[in-house]
Amino acid sequence: MKLKTLLMAGAVSLLATAGAQADCAFENDVPIKSLSAGFEAWKAVTDAMAECGNVEAELDQEFRTKQPAAFAANPSLYHIGGVSNGTVTPLLNEGTIRPLDDLVAEYGQDLAPNQLIKVDGQTMAIAMMVNTQHLMYRQDIFDELGIEVPTTWDEVLDAAARIEEADVVDYPLGATMMSGWNLAQDFNNMFLGFGGQFTDADSMPTVNTEAGMKALDMMKRMTEYMDPEYLVSDSTYVQQQFQQGKIAMANLWASRGAAMDDEAESQVVGKVNAAAAPLAMEGGAPATTLWWDGIVIARNIPDEEAEAAFRVAMEGLDTEMVQANSDDAIWLISGYEPNRLAQGAIATASADPAPQSYPSTSQMGLMHTALGNELPAFFTGERDAEATLAAVEEAYITAAKEAGLIE
Amino acid sequence: MKFRTLAWFVGPSVVMMLLFIAFPLASVFLQSFQITQPVVETVEVETCTPGFLGQTCVTETKTTPVLDDNGNPLTTTEWVGLLSYARVLQLEQVGSAIASGAWNSILAIDFWKALRFTLTFTLVTLPLVIGLGLAIALAVNNAARSIRGQIIFVSLLPFIITPVIGALSIRWLFYGDGIITALMEDMFATDISVAANGWAIELLMMFYRVWHVAPFAFVIFYAGLQTVNQDTLESAIIDGASRFERLRYVVVPHLMPLIIFVALIHLMDAYRAFEEVVGFSSQAHRITLQWLTYDLLTPDDAGNRAISRASASAMLTMIGIVVLLIPLLRRTWRDHKGSAH
Repeated sequence: MKLKTLLMAGAVSLLATAGAQADCAFENDVPIKSLSAGFEAWKAVTDAMAECGNVEAELDQEFRTKQPAAFAANPSLYHIGGVSNGTVTPLLNEGTIRPLDDLVAEYGQDLAPNQLIKVDGQTMAIAMMVNTQHLMYRQDIFDELGIEVPTTWDEVLDAAARIEEADVVDYPLGATMMSGWNLAQDFNNMFLGFGGQFTDADSMPTVNTEAGMKALDMMKRMTEYMDPEYLVSDSTYVQQQFQQGKIAMANLWASRGAAMDDEAESQVVGKVNAAAAPLAMEGGAPATTLWWDGIVIARNIPDEEAEAAFRVAMEGLDTEMVQANSDDAIWLISGYEPNRLAQGAIATASADPAPQSYPSTSQMGLMHTALGNELPAFFTGERDAEATLAAVEEAYITAAKEAGLIE
Repeated sequence: MKFRTLAWFVGPSVVMMLLFIAFPLASVFLQSFQITQPVVETVEVETCTPGFLGQTCVTETKTTPVLDDNGNPLTTTEWVGLLSYARVLQLEQVGSAIASGAWNSILAIDFWKALRFTLTFTLVTLPLVIGLGLAIALAVNNAARSIRGQIIFVSLLPFIITPVIGALSIRWLFYGDGIITALMEDMFATDISVAANGWAIELLMMFYRVWHVAPFAFVIFYAGLQTVNQDTLESAIIDGASRFERLRYVVVPHLMPLIIFVALIHLMDAYRAFEEVVGFSSQAHRITLQWLTYDLLTPDDAGNRAISRASASAMLTMIGIVVLLIPLLRRTWRDHKGSAH
């Protein structure tokens, strides 16, 4: 009797394992390593890839600094890379990722045409999701105070003033203004929203302009309604402020939406809604940039390994994965059904005029760094707006000269 | 000692020092005078990226590196003399700031801002570390034998904790609604935002460094205290010296070589402060020289990094340490020569 029970238990567990592996259409016997960012969507995708077996996934928010060197090694340290339009540039520039057209033809029959990232006609990456910033707000507070959902930043500030008066949250506004990359990105959003362009045709900087001044002015006005510690506030900080009911509005990444309804850590489940990113000026595009996230395959690996890596990746990006993790991103994969919190990002992406895709160039990399380093002095009051923008241009010019982009 | 024996003893260390200290230093030194650039070309590139529904294709001119036959980017290396140093020091702006009398704007320039903070940080924490270390050592030395072990263990804890973790734990006590901030907010019924205030962060960073390093000073001084000549101490007591006088005229002179040793180590470490900036995310308000080098070396999203300026900044940091150490080293040298037996 006892032996029989044991055998039964064994059989059941075997069945269970078989069930788990059935999610992957084939059994992978080539060891595959991937390196990507660490947010929810990547966890979902790499978990789905791991079902095929022999997949080792590294989820690291510092991936952007590790990836170029790791892929330049021969053989490459990773087979699959998770990239975005901002971080694919060094891989493209140094030719460390391979064109995927053959593999797409053979194994990519389920891919939608807009998932293929093409550079000069060659498919270099497979996009899985779009990301953008959108206005997330507390529906309950807005209803209670009778505030309309703002569509421009001026309206956001008006709404913030009314929320502050009603004193229902600690701070009306949240923003990802941690000094460095985040602060620079928030400036980029506002700057593009005011119609700015970062560089001219000769790679010379053009941020010390009216659009730059307006962007800084608007950001300074926003800070009056924010936690004074905003210079250490990154995406996770704002996400937690929302979850703990401390803020009422923020222009935050669409990929952070799912966390609002996560009952394990959020106190505002069902109360947060999303709308299109606000306009900086009438008739302009939403003050944000469009991003895509997706996968690339290393060049410096044998073709068989690349083939296995691609097949595993396709399993990670299939409809089953999307249906199980529908809330984690604005997926481009078929079978995706947008939820309530995705509406804002979709409204942003389909606005007319539409926001720009984040410019992915060497110049932009240098500009982003210059902005991230020089802007804090404006917000701490050490420098005025014009001196700050002049310092940004100067820092950019020094870096661009050193990188050989300008004479 | 025979030369052969000496060589066998010292050889491995010398090889290690050459390999891990001298060669990298020489390479950094050389790189600070060179600029290596990728060879770039401007090309028309058509890029297709997804919107939510459709595909957007744009044709733009981009600068991309030229690749050689093996697919590696071509680079050129040029000797540029002191150009990278000039770019780090930004002497032109400093000059114009002095000329226009706007002294404050000098401190808005990265290098000078970092130098100001690094020097303050180093020089303020130095006496505190030595003083606190000595105080703990004296306290432990006078404590009852039965509890000495426990006290030593507890006092050593801050030194054992990994620097970044230690910095983070102090940060969590103060930033946002940290326990201490929340307590103070309740007590004074105000809203305190530590991370919004440069000076508050600066004080916190120094407090952390003293808390972290004082145990090291304590261990060294405690060992030194065990070797104080008891006869001298006793005669001092007979001569009617007070507790403070015994400390001032017997103990401290005896510990002087150790105090100088701790000071040397602390100056070198504190001038290379880096963990504090990361741990307290103080970049917006306070940066250190070492952090500046790190920032220049970190590649941006497009893969650019300022290696030449980072090398120059590293060399300047090293020069700074040497300058700081000169008075102490001269003193040690004099003592050494004076006591030649």
